[in-house]
Amino acid sequence: MTLDSANKAPWHCAACGIPLEKAKVQIAYLGSAFPVDLLRCSRCGIVFIPEELALTRMAEAEKILEDK
Amino acid sequence: MEQEKLRRLEEKCIQDCAPPCTAACPVHVDVRSLTGHIARGDFSAALKLLRKTLPFPTIIGSICDQPCRSHCNRSLAGGSIEIAALERACAFTADTPAPKILVLPARDKRVAIVGGGLGGLTAAFDLRKKGYAVTVFEAAGSLGGSIRKVGGERLTPECIEGELAVLEAIGVEVELHTKADVFNLPDFDAVFAAPGAAGGSQYLPVDPITYATAREGLFAGGSLLRDAYSPILSVADGRRAAISIDRYLQNVSLTASRAGEGSLQSCLYTNMGSVKPAIAPPRSPNGFTIQEAVQEADRCLQCECLECVKVCRYLEAFGSYPNKYIRETYNNLSIVMGVRQSNALINSCSLCGLCAEVCPKGLDMGSVMSDARRIMIGQKRMPPSAHDFALRDMLFANSDASALCIPAPGKDSCEYLFFPGCQLSASAPEHVEKTYALLRDTFSADVGLMLGCCGAPADWAGRDDLLKQVLDDFSVQHRRMGSPRLILACPSCSRVFRRYLPEVETVSLWEVLEKSGAAPVAAPAREHVLSIHDPCSARNDGRLHESVRIIVTNFGYTIKELPLSRQKTTCCSYGGLMWFANAKVAREVIDRRIRESGDDYLTYCSMCRDLFASQGKRCLHLLDLLFENDVSSSSSRACPGWSQRRENRVQLKRRILTKLTGEVMTDDACEHQQEFFIAADVQAVLEQRFILAEDIRQVIAQAEQTGRKLVNPETGSTLAYHKLGCVTYWVEYSSTPGGAFSINNAYSHRMEIIEGVKS
Repeated sequence: MTLDSANKAPWHCAACGIPLEKAKVQIAYLGSAFPVDLLRCSRCGIVFIPEELALTRMAEAEKILEDK
Repeated sequence: MEQEKLRRLEEKCIQDCAPPCTAACPVHVDVRSLTGHIARGDFSAALKLLRKTLPFPTIIGSICDQPCRSHCNRSLAGGSIEIAALERACAFTADTPAPKILVLPARDKRVAIVGGGLGGLTAAFDLRKKGYAVTVFEAAGSLGGSIRKVGGERLTPECIEGELAVLEAIGVEVELHTKADVFNLPDFDAVFAAPGAAGGSQYLPVDPITYATAREGLFAGGSLLRDAYSPILSVADGRRAAISIDRYLQNVSLTASRAGEGSLQSCLYTNMGSVKPAIAPPRSPNGFTIQEAVQEADRCLQCECLECVKVCRYLEAFGSYPNKYIRETYNNLSIVMGVRQSNALINSCSLCGLCAEVCPKGLDMGSVMSDARRIMIGQKRMPPSAHDFALRDMLFANSDASALCIPAPGKDSCEYLFFPGCQLSASAPEHVEKTYALLRDTFSADVGLMLGCCGAPADWAGRDDLLKQVLDDFSVQHRRMGSPRLILACPSCSRVFRRYLPEVETVSLWEVLEKSGAAPVAAPAREHVLSIHDPCSARNDGRLHESVRIIVTNFGYTIKELPLSRQKTTCCSYGGLMWFANAKVAREVIDRRIRESGDDYLTYCSMCRDLFASQGKRCLHLLDLLFENDVSSSSSRACPGWSQRRENRVQLKRRILTKLTGEVMTDDACEHQQEFFIAADVQAVLEQRFILAEDIRQVIAQAEQTGRKLVNPETGSTLAYHKLGCVTYWVEYSSTPGGAFSINNAYSHRMEIIEGVKS
């Protein structure tokens, strides 16, 4: 799963005061885990999941896993 | 679900049964598809279809005695379809070359057919196709027997020769002018004696099912078994004999599974209620022209049942009908590895029972789907998201924040306990207070109050564990109150208590109000017509339907009944938690119901009222008529959102405790809560996404306390996320000058983020 718009997101980590960077992050549901390209704070690990990703591809993946 | 139960359920759905014409036809011509093709002008497809059943369609189309016609449902509305004339029309009209008949590889067996009438020739055709070497012996100088006598002008000798040419084409041998002795044909492995009307009874007794005679390998049938000549029965005889001879030569049972042959009684139900009469078009002397045939075929009702699908948007939305749905459901429950494609089908049903009311066999898909959900729960295969929100709402309704059980003021127990139900408290909390006051007046104060949920959502979700917990908790409280009689305002509560706690005495609030003669605060200023939507959970409560109508009439309103009401009422889409499993179909269910009448609706379930109102229908709850001064404006009251519903329950409990017990609820968390504002357009999005104000509060609290949040340096807005239960909520918010927050957006997902935290 990748998302180009994630790369353009303007979010900074409030606690660390630095911009987020592209990173591979594991996301998991019902015993299945996948690596996703997300923006993440390289210092504290807080991530950014864009609304569009959550409502489309993540929602679809959740449904597929729920029906498996 | 066991195979046996599956079969029993499938059999109840009669949609797949043959229509009356096909069932009555001794060879089961698919008349419905035939007329369908002709009505679309596709004569070639019609003829192709005919050839599947009839070896000589032009002959049959010209002389068929049509036992089907007297069974045609159209006979009740303008006269039976002219089926044979249509067959003839398509045989003469279709511009298709004679089809190439597929003959199976040759078998090492020879069959003699003695008698070249329709029966013998049909048997010859069928057996040759199966690969047997077939010889027809005919005493006369031509084939056809009686058809040459009954055919008249409709059936010329050229036409007959043309049709019978197929026999030669597939390799049937014909011996004309040959009077064969059926008892002396030693070169043949089986013999079919089909001597026609003149044949006499020399072969009897003949088994009526298999046409076998006492003599090994000799079968006999045809017109000799009947008084009158019937072309189509002759064809059926030939076919029956061919099946027997094939089985005999393959050395398998002659008698097994033969119940489906010959004329049958159709079990298909077709509703004739809305069929307009139509008569057959006049026929040209030589039979139907193309246009006449199309016109006549168009009169065919295309008989089918679909009684349930016609009244249920859910059954319609999945594109098929119960017989298929039951099979899909069973397959879904049986999958070990693979995608369960029918989860949505199982979870979208409102379990309302309307299908059972309209089904000629009483098939209840609600109980099929309810059982399936319980099996899925047992298999741990229920999608976690399907009912999660509704079940959390139920738990909230029964939590300390909103649940309450108090005896009559100043007493330890009570004779009556008013149980308004969680959704009335959520929708119109002030009506709960007013009703409670009214009941205390009515019953000399000896009425307690219990706020909470009856457990219906757990029942709908198939969560017997949660249902039991709710009912056990209820029972403890109920006993503590001295086992009072319950006064119920919600028909779903009523259904749950009657079903699962039959020992608890219940009475409907509406019966109480009817008997006590309660008067409205304001009578209608002018004639106000109301269409009553009976809630689906009150479907079988005729007494309740009456009480409501008496109250409404006594209050001065005019009732105009909806086409589907009382026992045949529809669900508002909340039943069975359809709303949470399939919002799209749920919206369509609401839309369909609210379009049934332009009049204001009146119901006695707050969820029905709110859902209809949510899509712009003017709709009243019965308590609006009782307590509101301006009923007209009440009917356009908006549906409170999910957060507002919770808040209404919380505030109701607080007000009642303060008013009746003097107790003031303290809430420490409340004092330190961060204030936030949600604009109406954002709120609408949150409602659609099932995101509560409480979820937002917790995300912000977490972010502000820990500092774990994202900021946008360009806009200054903040984005934070927090996992609550199984759901991760994201909230984007901005600070306002007053120190509060303004919510810009929120969304959620169930996937878990496994953060690679660096220390």
